[in-house]
Amino acid sequence: MLIPHPLLGLRDAQEFSYLGDASLLDRPDGLAEKAGDAFFSYVYLRENPAGVHRELWFHEQGDRSWLVVTRNTVTHEILGAELARDVALRSRSPRERGDPA
Amino acid sequence: MRLSGGLIDRSRTLRFIFDGKSYAGHPGDTLASALLANDVLLMGRSFKYHRPRGLIAAGSEEPNALVELRSGARREPNTRATMAELFDALEAQSQNRWPSLRFDAMAVNELFANFLTAGFYYKTFMWPRAFWEKLYEPAIRRAAGLGRLSMEADPDAYDKGFLHCDLLVVGAGAAGLAAALTAARGGAQVILADEDYHLGGRLLAESHSLDDRPATEWIAAVVAEFACLPNLRILPRTTVFGAFDHGVYGAVERVSDYRANPGICPRQTLWRITAKRTMLAAGATERHIPFMDNDRPGIMLGGALRAYANRWAVSPAKRVAIFTNNDDGHRTALDLLARGVEIAAVVDSRAGVEAKGQYRVISDAIVSGSKGRLGLRSIEVTRGGSTEWIACGALGVSGGWNPNVHLASHHRGRPVWNDSQQTFVPPAELPAGMIVAGAAAGRGTTHAALVSGAEAAVRVLNEIGIAATLPELPAAEDAPANLSPLWHVPGKHRAWIDFQNDVTVKDVKLSHQENMRSVEHLKRWTTLGMATDQGKTANVTALAVMAEMTGKGIAETGTTIFRPPYTPVSISVLGGGNTGTHFRPRRLTPSHQWATSQGAVFVEVGQWMRAQYFVRPGETHWRQSVDREVVATRKGVGICDVTTLGKVDVQGADAAEFLDRLYCNAMKSLKTGMVRYGLMLREDGQAWDDGTCARLGETHYVVTTTTANAGTVYRHMEFARQCLWPELDVQLISTTDAWAQFSVAGPNARKLLERIVDGFDLSNEAFRFMACANLSVCGGLRARVFRISFSGELAYEIAVPARYGNALMARLVELGQDLGATPYGTEALGVLRIEKGHAAGNELNGQTTAQMLGMGRMVSAKKDSVGAVMSRREGLLANTRVLVGLQPVDASEPVVAGSHLFAEGATQETATDQGWITSACFSPHVGSSIGLGFLADGAARQGEVIVAANPIQDQNVRLRVVSAHFVDPEGERLRA
Repeated sequence: MLIPHPLLGLRDAQEFSYLGDASLLDRPDGLAEKAGDAFFSYVYLRENPAGVHRELWFHEQGDRSWLVVTRNTVTHEILGAELARDVALRSRSPRERGDPA
Repeated sequence: MRLSGGLIDRSRTLRFIFDGKSYAGHPGDTLASALLANDVLLMGRSFKYHRPRGLIAAGSEEPNALVELRSGARREPNTRATMAELFDALEAQSQNRWPSLRFDAMAVNELFANFLTAGFYYKTFMWPRAFWEKLYEPAIRRAAGLGRLSMEADPDAYDKGFLHCDLLVVGAGAAGLAAALTAARGGAQVILADEDYHLGGRLLAESHSLDDRPATEWIAAVVAEFACLPNLRILPRTTVFGAFDHGVYGAVERVSDYRANPGICPRQTLWRITAKRTMLAAGATERHIPFMDNDRPGIMLGGALRAYANRWAVSPAKRVAIFTNNDDGHRTALDLLARGVEIAAVVDSRAGVEAKGQYRVISDAIVSGSKGRLGLRSIEVTRGGSTEWIACGALGVSGGWNPNVHLASHHRGRPVWNDSQQTFVPPAELPAGMIVAGAAAGRGTTHAALVSGAEAAVRVLNEIGIAATLPELPAAEDAPANLSPLWHVPGKHRAWIDFQNDVTVKDVKLSHQENMRSVEHLKRWTTLGMATDQGKTANVTALAVMAEMTGKGIAETGTTIFRPPYTPVSISVLGGGNTGTHFRPRRLTPSHQWATSQGAVFVEVGQWMRAQYFVRPGETHWRQSVDREVVATRKGVGICDVTTLGKVDVQGADAAEFLDRLYCNAMKSLKTGMVRYGLMLREDGQAWDDGTCARLGETHYVVTTTTANAGTVYRHMEFARQCLWPELDVQLISTTDAWAQFSVAGPNARKLLERIVDGFDLSNEAFRFMACANLSVCGGLRARVFRISFSGELAYEIAVPARYGNALMARLVELGQDLGATPYGTEALGVLRIEKGHAAGNELNGQTTAQMLGMGRMVSAKKDSVGAVMSRREGLLANTRVLVGLQPVDASEPVVAGSHLFAEGATQETATDQGWITSACFSPHVGSSIGLGFLADGAARQGEVIVAANPIQDQNVRLRVVSAHFVDPEGERLRA
């Protein structure tokens, strides 16, 4: 399997280690009300689709980037790969990102 | 017998041995052709009934002629004689027979044939269940064996490599050669792989001419041009065995299988080929027409007879008959006649067929039986109501050709039934980037193969922006097969479909009667296609028989799923040389060389080789060495290489905030120049890893991890940095291998270090417990010092750039002679930490919590950190087991890790289980064995006597619950 690394181009999947569902990017706030329920879902509940899946891969034998790879779990077709950092930052508000006002 | 001509080198003779008897062959021969040349037709015994068997095929699809090749450690079972290239002094043995191939006592199974039918094992050996493992399976395995393993280590080297190309061409027959020529001339990077040792594929087996010249002349011209094309790589003796994702193909090159001894070469190489486009030009496999007793040695596929005659100049007999349902059988007759073989008759199932040469045709007829115990003697021909016995030593059967669609279907695309050709052709949904040409695509005439290969190459290269043009191709035959389907000949007795697994037409019918309606069920019930040949000559025929039963038609019956590998792949080559010490990387600590010179015994710790203990002259038992090292450390000073602990350098304006979120305890309040113990939890709340966090500067930290978790903790830290909190200004790098680090522990530790530091004040007032600093040692060598203690003694860890580690170790021991400086290994390290009650991997095993480790209050509720929320789950908080020290009441008794803890007098069962022992050792300090363990309500049970149960060794030992800190519970030593 080949993974299209956004910085390094096509890289062999052997260079990566796999973590799983990219929903792990959305870590709940541990100080919020009902944090226990939110963490229960975060830690234990995953979608396991037969089809398009967004998942986390770590380029461990490479540049140590975490990637969000969109992969069809049925055909193994890879529909895209982004730096997880960019994905995570996009979900932040401008203030959280530290952008100038 | 040997005929004239052929592609063999008669100027040289090769001697070889089969079943102890010596024979002669020539370069160019396979073991199979050489045996035929010596009139050896009987080559094996069938799997189940031990029927005498000979060759069916001439290629990799051969189901019968499996031999043990070579001897000693190189003995390789189940090698197809058709794929074994002959070399001088080759040794081969037939298999699955006893005492000899000609007389096999196990053929008694034949008498029970009525019982050994489809599903026999499933039906018979169901009960009693316990008998399966002890009785049935071993007995069946003995009786139904294939070859024997050598049971010795493989002496040969294997390799693996990566290749990339624009176009991978699988198969170097007419289609593959035309494609490779087209693509290579067009400038594409091309790999041409073929399982054979000669390029040409089926062209080598036929008598066709190309442009009115022998095909071998055209092949020679193409090969000569290939030699001048640097963008083409030819891989002969290479089987592309699997199509994997994204244009990745697995291939095995038999680099030196054709030699007795590989010498310095690898025996085989595993290639991982990444191809932008792939052309499958793997040809086709001929199919049999099962009839009664169709498995006698001498009954072969017609195309194989032709191949043996044309390429290898051999024939299994002087007088040969043909049984066909298409024009191919007549081609075989003509080729054999041309080489001086007598044709007894061509039995053609079609009506009104005439001979194409000087031979007898019996049209509208079938072969309905055969005779000959160890080899064919005659066949029974039925025409209308009358039968005739015809004497012949061999029979060529031509039932049509099945395209080799395997690789095209490795991504679950199902082959499509083509009614006009009466074959399965490749699926519409091919693996991405693949195209199929030639006979594999159902375009099997020489003309069609050449043209389809070249055209397909032009088309796929165009897709990737390479302009290739059609080459001028030689004129070639283009005759249709005129096939009229005949799948099997009905008869009273058994007619074999799958020769290797002994599956007959009757078995397929029985399977249908027993309601196995899916083709997948048929396969598993009868074991059809499940042998080492994966049913290459059998599957389609069986489907046709099944379709006949169900009346559904072959298209609707469908095929089973094709999976890699196409042909068997040895485990050795899959390992690719990663065996023994090469199984994984081996890491040496910086002081490894010095430790070796000091008599260290090493232990594998993950990838690391660590000094376990240092044997001094006179020490005969490891305990003597370990006890001495422990005592020397507590009395004087000990030195241990702790480089293997993971080290991560953390820098950035938000480094403090970042670490505060990673560790469950507070890190932001750590002052510059100080170190703090840190505990990391998993997000599910369980304790995960511990280490120290040293703040070397305002925005600069160095954290350590356990040796075992160095990789995973670093991965997790990068996850947290990039995925959870990308807004933080923090950078990480692993520096585990960059810094050599030594623990210097014991009452003399300060005195020793004072001898190497460059004017640095190590006094207790200036450099307190848990302090850290950058400094220089030994006259200018940059270093880091941390006043931390794993042993409970006054201790420091000193780090220097890794390349100075060996020298520093030697220097410290030398300078500390008068202080009792003693190197210690991992065993003493373990004893020292158990005596001090420090948790390590045994306690941090992923099933324990901070609370169990006695660190529940460390988990800060004032901040959010990984695992903090989940660590407060009721279920985890309700667990009262905590870490305690354990000491035998009778000092002579052992403490065994893994023992379970019970109240005295309690029955010992799961319900009354109160905990377990995690770590144990002999403590020179205490003078007895001691242990650490998790005990229910442990905090309140100091002084109580409990029982440690070790049912494996039938032990019950009375233990007293004590503080986990056997040494210096107040911590005076480490603050001294």
